Amino acid sequence: MTVDGFFAMGGYARYVWPCYALAISVLLWNLWSARRYHAQALKRAQRALAMAGSERS
Amino acid sequence: MWTWFYRLASPPYVYRTAAAFAPWFLLIAGIAIAYGVIDGLVFAPPDYQQGNAFRIIYVHAPAGWLSMFGYTLMAVAGAIGLIWRIKMAHAVSAAVAPIGASFTVLGLVTGSLWGRPMWGTYWAWDPRLTSELILLFLYFGVMSLRAAFEDPARGDRAAALLAIVGVVNVPIIHFSVQWWNSLHQGATVMKFEKSSMPGSMLWPLLAMFLGFMLFFGAMLCMRLRGEVLNRERQSSWVREMLRA
Repeated sequence: MTVDGFFAMGGYARYVWPCYALAISVLLWNLWSARRYHAQALKRAQRALAMAGSERS
Repeated sequence: MWTWFYRLASPPYVYRTAAAFAPWFLLIAGIAIAYGVIDGLVFAPPDYQQGNAFRIIYVHAPAGWLSMFGYTLMAVAGAIGLIWRIKMAHAVSAAVAPIGASFTVLGLVTGSLWGRPMWGTYWAWDPRLTSELILLFLYFGVMSLRAAFEDPARGDRAAALLAIVGVVNVPIIHFSVQWWNSLHQGATVMKFEKSSMPGSMLWPLLAMFLGFMLFFGAMLCMRLRGEVLNRERQSSWVREMLRA
């Protein structure tokens, strides 16, 4: 099998490759979004703690 | 047994356990997906009818499976939260929703891209396709309903109720290919008899299923941590953890 033949996917390249590109995008989006969600929650919790601290003093 | 159950409902335990599991899930998922993609795209033989277009199945079938698994998990966790008033169950239910919805989109779009060369159309109002689209709308409905309430506890209850009602759609999706005269092919792997796929095509598919499942688990752990923090912001254990 040649490299060109592999990328041509027997004529189905325009259907196969977008599927794999989307799959990678969905996995990466999940990773990015889950990390961001936790980071934002952490930031909000730190802000809540800072506010509680300033009220006491 | 009960102490384990109680610990599962304890937010700091959930927060720490999720952090411990996530990297391992992600590591094994990465290995399994890498193997599945290489074996599925390069070494598996082309299908005698579908040629190389069949290779779409390696992302399509695990995505479709996760779309239904995620919804069921969301509904079961919601039910546990409603019945036993366990906050962490609602947190799981909330964390699953966007992950499940993303895999539903992946399943629908890859199916559509496969349908064009094989069925001659990107979309048909076929029982399997229509019920899967309804699943996507149910995910969106549950997510927006939860977000629509000022009081998170009321949002949790409303979202859980909708998730539970909507779960009837899951068996409809699964059995749609048997109950109706669907364009979509019947079950290949997820059935009780022997799989109707040869090993050279099946192994990469099983690896992709494993990889996608573990990836889903890793994402659930990571999102769950954010969900727990958001819900427990005012509690003493979070403050102690942040001060440390």
